[in-house]
Amino acid sequence: MYEVSDLRKGLKIEINGQPYEVTEFDFMKPGKGQAIYTCRIKHMVNGSTMVKTYRQVDRIDIPQLSNKECAYSYQDGELFVFMDEYFEQVNLTKDFLGDRRHFLSEDMRVEILFHNNVAVDITLPTFVEKEIIFTEPGARGNTATNVTKPAQVAGGYEIQVPLFLNQGDIVKIDTRTGKYADRVSKK
Amino acid sequence: MSSHLERLKLRTVVLDGIRAFFSGRGYLAVETPLRIPAPALELHIDAPPSGSAYLRTSPELYLKRLLGMGAAKVFELGPCFRAGERGARHLPEFTMLEWYCVQAGYRDLMIETEELLAALWALAGNCAAFRPAVIAPTPPWPRWTVRETFLRLAGWDPVAQYDADRFDLDLVQKVEPQLPRDRPIILMDYPVEAAALARCRPGPPAVAERWELYMGGLELANAYGELTDAAEQRQRFETCARARAALGKAVYPLDEAFLAALTTGLPPCAGIAMGVDRLLMLLTGVERIDDVRAFVP
Repeated sequence: MYEVSDLRKGLKIEINGQPYEVTEFDFMKPGKGQAIYTCRIKHMVNGSTMVKTYRQVDRIDIPQLSNKECAYSYQDGELFVFMDEYFEQVNLTKDFLGDRRHFLSEDMRVEILFHNNVAVDITLPTFVEKEIIFTEPGARGNTATNVTKPAQVAGGYEIQVPLFLNQGDIVKIDTRTGKYADRVSKK
Repeated sequence: MSSHLERLKLRTVVLDGIRAFFSGRGYLAVETPLRIPAPALELHIDAPPSGSAYLRTSPELYLKRLLGMGAAKVFELGPCFRAGERGARHLPEFTMLEWYCVQAGYRDLMIETEELLAALWALAGNCAAFRPAVIAPTPPWPRWTVRETFLRLAGWDPVAQYDADRFDLDLVQKVEPQLPRDRPIILMDYPVEAAALARCRPGPPAVAERWELYMGGLELANAYGELTDAAEQRQRFETCARARAALGKAVYPLDEAFLAALTTGLPPCAGIAMGVDRLLMLLTGVERIDDVRAFVP
């Protein structure tokens, strides 16, 4: 069990058998009274959030979490199929993956987090490289640094890129944010 | 937002202003020990151990002993410590202002506090970092009893039937968020079970002569008509020692020198403790207590 003094942003806890992550945390103490810990917590699977209040005497369940290294195999309709080291299959849905599905490539090594044998999170390599397959030519002479334009990368995902990038350039995308990170090479 | 150095300049002006205010009113400025053998026993206030002693959580017991020695008015401005308290408005080491006055009641302290803050607001008004979070502390401040406030904002009367868990939780979740933010509020007459070191008034309803000052959503000060009865004080300390032991918390020795001073006789008096860093948060409009101190380790 966790004690309330263990609470901090990012801590993963369990409530009624469900896994949650602490997203905000505040310590309050009324006058001569006991400490009250107010947390905003997020359900690790469905993403719903709520506010939970703890007193100093409360104890909090520790979720049984385990990480497994898997390799991406193939897509089957709405399902994305991964294999662990024993060739045990793990199926994740399109909704579960969200935008991250666009960054998968065959044999990519990923970490899948399980709570009681149910997948609750996936971590991809931080950066992936993709080729720009379509973008409008940038307007010449526009050197403002913050100006971006939409670009479609291989697989169909759209990101905002700086104006100087062109079709055929390879870009680096941060899989945590889904955003353009850097230019890798010029066509 | 103002710069860190601008806020430290305002801090200097306010600390100087506090000392000038109390010196001008005939208060004795004292420095009592920081490292002490017997911190006041309170259920939810923990003193950090320091070798075989503790760091003080408040100068209260020493300041009252000075009243027993014949001082009529005393004040102290300095560091206090609380183990395990850390948040946007809590630091394990913070600056406390406490002052005590004989032959004064807890209502007299309300007026003196109004005058102190009006003076400090005027001084701070000349500083670049002045961004007051409340409009102005123009007196008189509304005085709300705990009973009527809880009945209105939390739907029950803790003075009639006290429930410690519910009281603490509702205070944080229901009462404090609904207090007006644009002016100071005095919350007064606490349940006798939440008296701490305040004396109780028979009633009906029986209440503790204690008040707290709220400003801009912050709990800023806590005041008592002081308990001066040695036997009752000893009994409260002993009850608290048992409750701390039951929770597995450290039980500090009783401060026998303080209890002896009460036995010899302490004149009727009132006292108040104010969190100076929080006052500076209000004057500079910052959300984090760290932003009004030079360093937070």
